[in-house]
Amino acid sequence: MIETVDVWFTYPDGTTALRGVSLRIKDGESVAIMGENGAGKTTLVKHFNGLLKPEKGTVLVDGIDTRDTSVANLAKKVGLVFQNPDHQLFSSTVEEEVMFALKNLGFSREEIRDRVNWVLKFLDLEKYRERSPLSLSGGERKRVALASVLCVKPKILILDEPTIGQDAKQKRKLGNLLKKYQKEGNTVIVVTHDVEFASKYFKRIIVMAGGKIIADGPPNKVLTSLTILEESSLSPPQVTVLSYEIAKKVNAFPRDIVFFDELLQEIIARLRR
Amino acid sequence: MSLIKIKNLSFTYANAEEPAIKNINLTIEKGEFILLTGPSGCGKTTLCRCLNGLIPHFYSGEMQGDVIIDGLNTKEHPVYELAQKVGLVFQDPENQLVSLNVEKELAFAPENLGLPRKEIRKRVEKSLQLLRIEHLRYKAPYELSGGEQQKVAIASVLTLRPKVLVLDEPTSNLDPKGAKQVLETIKELNEELKVTIILVEHRLDLILPYTTRVILMDRGEIVSDSTPGKVFCSNIPEEIGVDIPVSIKLYNELSKMGVKFNKVPLSAKDAAELLTEVFK
Repeated sequence: MIETVDVWFTYPDGTTALRGVSLRIKDGESVAIMGENGAGKTTLVKHFNGLLKPEKGTVLVDGIDTRDTSVANLAKKVGLVFQNPDHQLFSSTVEEEVMFALKNLGFSREEIRDRVNWVLKFLDLEKYRERSPLSLSGGERKRVALASVLCVKPKILILDEPTIGQDAKQKRKLGNLLKKYQKEGNTVIVVTHDVEFASKYFKRIIVMAGGKIIADGPPNKVLTSLTILEESSLSPPQVTVLSYEIAKKVNAFPRDIVFFDELLQEIIARLRR
Repeated sequence: MSLIKIKNLSFTYANAEEPAIKNINLTIEKGEFILLTGPSGCGKTTLCRCLNGLIPHFYSGEMQGDVIIDGLNTKEHPVYELAQKVGLVFQDPENQLVSLNVEKELAFAPENLGLPRKEIRKRVEKSLQLLRIEHLRYKAPYELSGGEQQKVAIASVLTLRPKVLVLDEPTSNLDPKGAKQVLETIKELNEELKVTIILVEHRLDLILPYTTRVILMDRGEIVSDSTPGKVFCSNIPEEIGVDIPVSIKLYNELSKMGVKFNKVPLSAKDAAELLTEVFK
């Protein structure tokens, strides 16, 4: 479990990125943290694996204060995949990149082999095993970065903007994969601007603005509220936009729809009347 | 004469086994607003690079066929000359911005062409105005938000007065607000200056209402090329893994059930209007 209590953080240049963030994320939850650039999302998740320590307040991971433990220790439990894969990739082949963390964490040779095979297959990267990560496309490099973290099988997996550069098919694949990983009992947290991705695959949406949490709840409550969306410069999901447009013209048509099938059923019900 | 004519174009990068694009044939007229899309690795970016001569002049590999831009064969003309016909804007504006402030950034390309000082000044002012970024004139690129940086990148390409603007996923690193601003700017350039737009973009719901033509690519080839309505009502997007905008998806689902509309809705507003008719 992750618990933050009144966390404040200011960067050396004087920018205060977090202004009193308190939240609790239980084991096995699926959470999307959203908000515009500079809202404090990335700063917050960097507190979850101890990369940043609060200037005021506390961050507890499984009851342990992140100030009392090392990032290396937390790395077994909390895996963080950065937004820009180039900040994290450095090996000469994809295979070595993925093996690096496993070697450092002291896994056996067989275990390393199995996990590397599993993760490369899982993420559709087998054909790039011997390639240099830097020779791959942006979207592919992002998957290599994810592979290098996922192979550790962290109990808490955090991804910063995972859908950038991924096409529709890859997004679906990634979403289903994260869902599967979460169903196995792990916590999955993403930082994302992608409302379609967040509403489809995550059960809890946390919205940040100006270093604070301004909303926290299920997608059909949070992502359909114009007040919240406006305050955080997010645009509503396409399905919600459509239900709003219909509601302008059709009496008593619901506005809090985020899923396509729900919208379709609602329309069909009205056609049958 | 067509503005762009591509004949039997194929390109294989040096050391690659497979061609990145295969047998592309395409004719594009002045003022078109084209959405170019397809799954990642389908060859969109390679095709964009062929349009301003980066291929074959900068990227090495084997090129077959011809690309004729406003009468110039890209094989026979250098990139600086082609850049005055086709402006290319990349995904990550940081890679494109080199100067200490916005004004200098905008003057960079026309200075390199050796244009007279007065002309450079005129073009820089015009570009600042077009993108409504006069207030950013003395800012350094790193002081700007992602959306502002992308507008500066577009402005700096416009100082060469290109007839065609090719934008390769210009909004993918931007938040929704920034993305919307950039896409609206692109629409204005098309409508007001008749600049031909070739846009690679995944946020289809925002851009489709402005698009006159959609080109879908898969595995290096063009697999569909028609109006947005026709392309997205076919099975092809689904087959190659391209998302269908929600209003068209709704149209497709309702058509299957026998609900008839008189046109394909390209926006939520269109779809809502059509539904109101049906509900009556």
